[in-house]
Amino acid sequence: MTLRTLDNFSIDYLQILDENGNVDKALEPDLSREDLLKLHYYMTLSRMADARMLNLQRQGRLGTLPAATGQEASFCAPVLAIRDTDWFVGSYRELGGRLMRGEPLVNVLHLYNGFEEGSDNPESPRTLPISIILASQLPQAVGLAYGSRLQGEKDTVALAVFGDGSTSEGDFHEALNFAGVLNAPVIFLCQNNQYAISTPRELQTRSATIAQKAVAYGMPGIQVDGNDPLAVFKAVDDAVKRAREDKGPSLIEAVTYRMLMHTTADDPTRYREEAQVESWKARDPLIRFEKYLIQKQIWDEKKQKDLEDKLKETIEQAVKEFESKTGFKPDAPFDHVFGNSFYLIEQQRAQFLDNLKKETENG
Amino acid sequence: MDKINMVQSLNRTLHHIMEADEKVLVMGEDVGLNGGVFRVTDGLYQKFGRQRVIDSPIAESAILGTAIGMAISGLKPVIEMQFSGFSYLMMHQLEGNASRMRTRSRGRFTVPLVIRMPYGGGVRALEHHSESKEVYFAHTAGVKVVIPSSPSNAGALLKTAIDDPDPVVFMEPKRSYRSFKEEVEDELPPIPIGEAQVLEIGEDLTVISWGAMMQDTLKAVKKLKAETGAGPEVIDLLTLSPMDAETIVHSVSKTGRCVIVQEAQKSFGPASEIIALINDHALMYLKAPVNRVTMYDVPVPLFGREQMYFPSQDRILRAMIQTLSD
Repeated sequence: MTLRTLDNFSIDYLQILDENGNVDKALEPDLSREDLLKLHYYMTLSRMADARMLNLQRQGRLGTLPAATGQEASFCAPVLAIRDTDWFVGSYRELGGRLMRGEPLVNVLHLYNGFEEGSDNPESPRTLPISIILASQLPQAVGLAYGSRLQGEKDTVALAVFGDGSTSEGDFHEALNFAGVLNAPVIFLCQNNQYAISTPRELQTRSATIAQKAVAYGMPGIQVDGNDPLAVFKAVDDAVKRAREDKGPSLIEAVTYRMLMHTTADDPTRYREEAQVESWKARDPLIRFEKYLIQKQIWDEKKQKDLEDKLKETIEQAVKEFESKTGFKPDAPFDHVFGNSFYLIEQQRAQFLDNLKKETENG
Repeated sequence: MDKINMVQSLNRTLHHIMEADEKVLVMGEDVGLNGGVFRVTDGLYQKFGRQRVIDSPIAESAILGTAIGMAISGLKPVIEMQFSGFSYLMMHQLEGNASRMRTRSRGRFTVPLVIRMPYGGGVRALEHHSESKEVYFAHTAGVKVVIPSSPSNAGALLKTAIDDPDPVVFMEPKRSYRSFKEEVEDELPPIPIGEAQVLEIGEDLTVISWGAMMQDTLKAVKKLKAETGAGPEVIDLLTLSPMDAETIVHSVSKTGRCVIVQEAQKSFGPASEIIALINDHALMYLKAPVNRVTMYDVPVPLFGREQMYFPSQDRILRAMIQTLSD
């Protein structure tokens, strides 16, 4: 007899808060009132800031930017499960998560207005800037987690966030493989928002789930309702605890939906039906979370209205600050090519400034 | 003082640095238990353990990508690409992340790491084991490219590279790994990145080379002196990027004649850049067109024909005589 089963696997799906705001009491995470309200605050801020930024882009006041609407539970809830001393290694569709990590909204506006100064966030020393080359940030998360541990930090972890399209990249597979082999304390969080620009999830992989890819790399994998902030928090929190205890990396697939365009340069009506978008509206993470908070009697319509008024003001304040800030140093890109000074670079800086001066003089 | 070869010098330097600085870490394919396929990392695994000397899975992109994270976290990784011909799989991590993390974060996150790789031909190897593609790396702003040519300068430059605040591509001419030995001081005087060395001072002709071609160039220069009595000035570039324009321009302004010897193929190579520098800064001093001795614009042939394609001492000698008579 030579034919025998060496292994088999199953993948769990987790939902705690359903679309109608009903909670599974047995699975409900023990989150404080403060934490719940913080999460709600940033999810709401993210939604409203996203809308305002798209509006600014349409008016020509911002450049191309990615839309984040609909995925607030997927990118905000994980941040609640990590500490400031942990690493946040994201892609580019985690607006509310980055704000939660301490990035000022005004900096996000500067970045999408084409100035590197927007990534200058000393308030958030362990949040890497946005990473645009898909999955290339994932090996970095492995190195950050490994490096922190090697330097004596006993329980630091790295949270790496990426999309479903990224799972086709070699770096995704290489990073999971490295993390497994090095037993690196990394939480790989995939925001499966169903589309990589126009390409649907079915064309990225033949696997039934993205979560099951964890099996091949020797780590736990779970699929969660990515529009359920409680399920996302619980899955990430469990994975963080395992990582802190040196039990290695995990992969979490948060199933969500990109309600709007990939970026402002994209027209989703070319590749998906409006009916599909409509069907996901019912699963909106903000609506169900609000229902949950009301049921818990820590929220009501008046508070919601007050919060939205306050956030509107906060956002307008940031826009005002953004638009009043001018005069970024033109030769700043020469400052950060290298950590030390070189003749050829400084010579070109002088030429650049001279050319700029002449161009200004000549109008 | 014992005479040692380039592999021994690099190895000794790594031992010294890892003893002195526990933030230095080595990672790559077969670098641990096996000590690297060329033995540059020999004995490190046994001395410093598997946490600091990592036998990585075979994935060049993740070797660099992981090292970028390690560097941001405060470590100083020294990673190895087993052969430069395998390094193209890490190019997007180099171009997309290592080279620009400093710019992207405005100096908040920096990537002090060294990417070691044997490069170049002359060791009778299989396909993909003989190329000189230093320009791929040198064309990337934010990356420093260093190429030693001797046991002494290999050790000194490796130390400088590890101490450097930026990503350094450290290309080791594998033909020179064991081809000659020299006395190497235990405490090597540092060689700054971005500084070329003038090996011989002369008035009649500037000869510039780097890497394994340096030895052939020096031998050809010796013949030239014996045969013609000319006094060539010989420059070992050592750093490809950022290039030492001052040393080159100073020398060519003095001699008015220049020959560049590169193992890389002709077009778009480092020699082209050196000629452009001379054009920018010393054109009016030239007495003759700048000459270059290079490989041809073909993929490096297998070793049966390889030597016919690389610059030979005879080609270098003829180029120098030609330039002196132009």
